[in-house]
Amino acid sequence: MYLNQFLLLSAALFAIGVYGVLARRNGVLVLMSIELILNAVNINLVAFAAFGNQLAGEVFALFVIAVAAAEVGVGLAMILLLYRNRKSIDLTQIDLMRG
Amino acid sequence: MIDLLTLAVAMADLPLGITEGGSWFLRNAWLIPLLPALSFVTILFFGKRMPRGGSELGIAVLGIAFILSILTAAAWVDHRDNYHGEEVHASVVAVDHGESGDHAEAGHGDGHAEASLAVVSTVTWFQAGGVEFSVGTLVDGPAVMMLLVVTLVSLLVHIYSTEYVHDDRRYTHYFAFLSLFSASMLMLVLSENTLQLLTSWELVGVCSFALIGHWWEEKPNSDAALKAFLTNRVGDMGLIVGVSILFFIVGSALPDRFGSFSIAETNALAAAGMLPHTALLVAACCLMAAVMSKSGQFFLHTWLPDAMAGPTPVSALIHAATMVVAGVFMIARLYGVFFSGLSIGGSSINLMAVVGGVTTLVGASLAFVQRDIKKVLAYSTISQLGYMVMALGVGAWTAAMFHLFTHAFFKACLFLGSGSAAHAVHSFDMKSDMGGLRKVMPHTYKTFVIASIALAGLPPFAGFWSKDEILAGTGGWGILGGTGGNGAYTLMLVMGMVTAAMTAAYMTRCVYLTFHGEYRGHGHPHESGPRIIVPLWILAGLAMVAGLLNLPSGFQLAPGSLQERFGHFVEPVAGYFPTITHATPSWSLAIVSTLVVLAGVAVAGRYYFGRVEAASAAAGQSLTELPDGLTTRSALAMKGYTLLSNKYYLDHLYTGIIAGGTKGPVAAAAYRVNQNVIDRTVDLAGETAVSAGRFVYDKIDQIVVDGIVNASGRVSSDTGEELRKIQSGKVHDYAAILFAAATVLAGILIVIV
Amino acid sequence: MVAQNIAFAIMAVTMLVSAVRMVTTRNVVHAALYLVIVLAGAAGIFILLGAEFVGVTQVMVYIGAIVVLFLFGIMLTKGSFGDDDGVGGERRSMAVMVGALVLAVMAAALIDTFRDAELSRAQPSLTADIGDLIFSQYIVPFEAISVLLLAALIGAIVVARGD
Repeated sequence: MYLNQFLLLSAALFAIGVYGVLARRNGVLVLMSIELILNAVNINLVAFAAFGNQLAGEVFALFVIAVAAAEVGVGLAMILLLYRNRKSIDLTQIDLMRG
Repeated sequence: MIDLLTLAVAMADLPLGITEGGSWFLRNAWLIPLLPALSFVTILFFGKRMPRGGSELGIAVLGIAFILSILTAAAWVDHRDNYHGEEVHASVVAVDHGESGDHAEAGHGDGHAEASLAVVSTVTWFQAGGVEFSVGTLVDGPAVMMLLVVTLVSLLVHIYSTEYVHDDRRYTHYFAFLSLFSASMLMLVLSENTLQLLTSWELVGVCSFALIGHWWEEKPNSDAALKAFLTNRVGDMGLIVGVSILFFIVGSALPDRFGSFSIAETNALAAAGMLPHTALLVAACCLMAAVMSKSGQFFLHTWLPDAMAGPTPVSALIHAATMVVAGVFMIARLYGVFFSGLSIGGSSINLMAVVGGVTTLVGASLAFVQRDIKKVLAYSTISQLGYMVMALGVGAWTAAMFHLFTHAFFKACLFLGSGSAAHAVHSFDMKSDMGGLRKVMPHTYKTFVIASIALAGLPPFAGFWSKDEILAGTGGWGILGGTGGNGAYTLMLVMGMVTAAMTAAYMTRCVYLTFHGEYRGHGHPHESGPRIIVPLWILAGLAMVAGLLNLPSGFQLAPGSLQERFGHFVEPVAGYFPTITHATPSWSLAIVSTLVVLAGVAVAGRYYFGRVEAASAAAGQSLTELPDGLTTRSALAMKGYTLLSNKYYLDHLYTGIIAGGTKGPVAAAAYRVNQNVIDRTVDLAGETAVSAGRFVYDKIDQIVVDGIVNASGRVSSDTGEELRKIQSGKVHDYAAILFAAATVLAGILIVIV
Repeated sequence: MVAQNIAFAIMAVTMLVSAVRMVTTRNVVHAALYLVIVLAGAAGIFILLGAEFVGVTQVMVYIGAIVVLFLFGIMLTKGSFGDDDGVGGERRSMAVMVGALVLAVMAAALIDTFRDAELSRAQPSLTADIGDLIFSQYIVPFEAISVLLLAALIGAIVVARGD
């Protein structure tokens, strides 16, 4: 197995995640795309851990999962609040901070 | 000039021929001009309140001045031979310019072994820029002589004027200016330096102007006054330039001074040959211009006849005896300059002699065609002044001064006599208003005739002695076997002789027209009062005997002690006077000149006393000329007459051509240049500035500068406008930018690192 | 070796297709389910790489909790149930461009750096070793993570409170 195949896989997932963040209207879906990105990063980390025969990469990947969980919790809470106030979570409609 | 290559400049010690000691009168001669000056001020301010309108003060002051002059003259007579005090020397740069070498030595062949030291007393007026300006007196022979002449004639004129201008509209003013004139003239003759000479020269000119124009309400009088003043001004330019040149060239010979105005130093240096010849020549020519205007030499004489518009006593004092001789006196004073500059010694022609000679002829020729008695006398004065200048030009210094002395007396007598006659008939026109006056005015007639004989130069009256000395001094007689002299001025001798004949002739004419024949006027003339008669007799008496003061040396008919008295006391033998030779007079010259004069009298006498008298008797009325005279028969003679009566067209030249040409075309051209060239240049400068300003404002300021400022503002706002659109408020846009930027950064990092 | 490669290939393709479907589908719930597939595939990759503990944790936490959380969120925001056609055309091309850019840069870097690096693992990693590492070397991050989770918990409650 080549290292590169894992890395390229993770890069592809990352790119798709970026596309998802930029191209989705629904807030929840944006959060999901972010999860995709984080997972790609995880794959990257673990691949390097296997490549270098060390466990630091795996530990880091565990931490990333924990952080992702926390972030999703807070993010969804904000989305809910947004929905409560505006009755819509269409991110393209939210531009009160427009210059 | 000084040879600058010599390291050590050689210094010499030059005795100046002056001293600062001497009798009290000689050292304090400045009192003599001071008194009339004070009387001028007093008369001007208080004269109207005096019982006789200020004239008594003037007469008193002039009397005191006359007495002081006599005492000063006595002191000088004593001083000249007996003074052995300290002589003033000057330390000068010794450069010899090759002129007359020895000086102040006993080099005279006539027995003047003793040097005469002039008395100088000065005070420093102020100092400026290293030049010291002083005021003072230089008392020597000529100064003392002039003091006597001026004070005496002025005193007599004062007395005469009290009757002549009695009841005049400006009586007090007249006497005030007479005093001022006397003071100025006295200051002129006592001047110690050329600056003082210049100042008093101008002052007498101003007094002349004021007195000629005394009755200025009539335009001809004020015109005459202006003409006198302006013509004198022309010559005064020469005086100023000449004085300046002398100042500087004297300064180059004195080691530590810028220059010097001192007459003694100037003359001493010039006589010793320490001044550059060319500069002296130029200075002498410039000073000659001043003499030509002030002393009425040809061609600046035109003001003198017109000056007869003033009162007759003024003409007697100023334009006969004193002011017009100021030019002659100035030459006599600065004789060292002229003698060296014009190279008078040893040549046969020079500028001064020619000018003098021509003047004598011109004056005499014009005296023949005058109707106005004063104008005859004016031209006669011009002619006699020409004699004096000619004498100075041939080196006969003493002769010139002696002629000045005698001329003052008989010319003043003639003028005052003409005034007396005119006062009686209330007119000056001989041909129409006078005639036959000898019967009613015997005193006037007798004094006039005596003075005329003196003027013509018949022995033993004064004019003969002085004129003969001049003729001898020309030295031209030597060719015909006779005398010595400073040169061989034969031409001047001829001119002098011819003029002597003419003088006699026109005076005969004048006497006939005024006093002989029958009375042609309309009034009742009578003899004038004693205040007129007495001065006339005094002057006539002097005209008779004054000649005996300077009997020529070697004159067998007189005792030796009387010979050359005048010359001994008047001519300086000192460092500041050049060495001149004296001509020996000869019997033959005296006899020939007397015969010439008698010939003139005879020709005129035959015409007037003979033929005109006969024609008058035949016609039954008093005629003034023959009805079929020469001018009616010959066209050439008529042309000559016209030339003379137009005064050689000189007035035409001055007024019409020179002044008119300047007033007309020159002034118009100058005006055109001013308007078109100068004004247009200024306007153009202004317009250029205005249009430049407008251009700058419109194009540069409004468009460029404001544009830049506006553009910068607009760029900022437009950029901000564009950048504002990035802030859409939408999360997606922010995220897109974030990711894109991060990727680009990563790419750059990868490439570089 | 061959079996691993085939396994990897299948999992990779599945993951990619699901990911693409996830970001392009209109249906929100479908998107969540596609996410599940991706997450599962990730877990498989982990196990393939010998990181068993991470793989199991992945399944438990991600699929078990986070996806459920997502589904709750979708349910509570029911106004947008079922419809999401993505952003407008301009933004979409911008997104494609950015995505492509990201992929290009990373791919270029990776290929350039790790051309033929081989990956070989002798044995899968032991959980005990991971535990040792966490509690010795990385104790501070561990504690920090726990505080973070606490903070997130409190934060989420505070933010989403009804008053």
